[in-house]
Amino acid sequence: MSDGRSADGIDFGADHFTFFGLAPVFRIDSQALDERFREAQARVHPDRFAHAGKAERRVSLQWATRVNEAYQTLKNPLPRARYLLDRAGQDMGQGNSAAMPPEFLMEQMEWREAVAEARQARELAGLEDLRQRVRQRMNENYGRLAELLDDERDYAAAADRVRRLMFLEKLLSEIDEGMAALEE
Amino acid sequence: MTYSEKVLDHYENPRNAGSFGKDEEGVATGMVGAPACGDVMKLQIKVGKDGVIEDAKFKTYGCGSAIASSSLVTEWVKGKTLDQALEIRNTQIAEELALPPVKIHCSILAEDAIKAAVADYRKKRDGAEG
Repeated sequence: MSDGRSADGIDFGADHFTFFGLAPVFRIDSQALDERFREAQARVHPDRFAHAGKAERRVSLQWATRVNEAYQTLKNPLPRARYLLDRAGQDMGQGNSAAMPPEFLMEQMEWREAVAEARQARELAGLEDLRQRVRQRMNENYGRLAELLDDERDYAAAADRVRRLMFLEKLLSEIDEGMAALEE
Repeated sequence: MTYSEKVLDHYENPRNAGSFGKDEEGVATGMVGAPACGDVMKLQIKVGKDGVIEDAKFKTYGCGSAIASSSLVTEWVKGKTLDQALEIRNTQIAEELALPPVKIHCSILAEDAIKAAVADYRKKRDGAEG
């Protein structure tokens, strides 16, 4: 155990990609990820350690947590991108709130105003329309992010995309929240 | 998340919410945003000929602490010169609103919004002179 490896050969200290035996890229093989996740889950499932000692059970619980954390990080594109940037030693520059261009922020403000107005006017169709436009914008950004991370390895530019996508994800969740409230 | 009474007061009765007309004289805008929480904040100042901030307005999409922080600074910058406004520190905002450590970034956002608005005013003014 001193080398961080369990009896089942699970490497505790490895990064999330190595952990699942996957190449550290943004365009991840999601099918392989799902398969490896299910395999790892089965291996460390606490039921398998029902008759084991207290210490072993605790370790198995830690593994299960580790498996879940790795999967959740790699499954969704934004946390995956942030993980890749972190791995590459790229500072996200989140602390600097003035780092975003004013035009981008102005546009975000207009989107948020439009969401608030549609919500207030109870216009579900309006929210759906906004959702589609935001999704399209996000897809464009994720497409470019994949190129920056996997092809160009321009991590500073990738971090900028990630910051934009963090705002867009928030915007999307606001729209979804508004739609859910109207559908109730 | 439990908010302090002061945060709730600003949240429920925001001071100076809204925007100035685009072409109003002496108006400058500071736009800031925090990627971590997706908050967006717009602070506008209206500066008189004597260089004193006559009025301020804000529009913030974010949590209660972000709204309260921006509402508070619109009150604080009024009657101040640009240099005096730049002396407002996020720690003062956080202290006044009794923000918990996880919400300190909201007060930083408000401080940055003042800086951005002043920078925008100076840029516009220098552009007009030059």
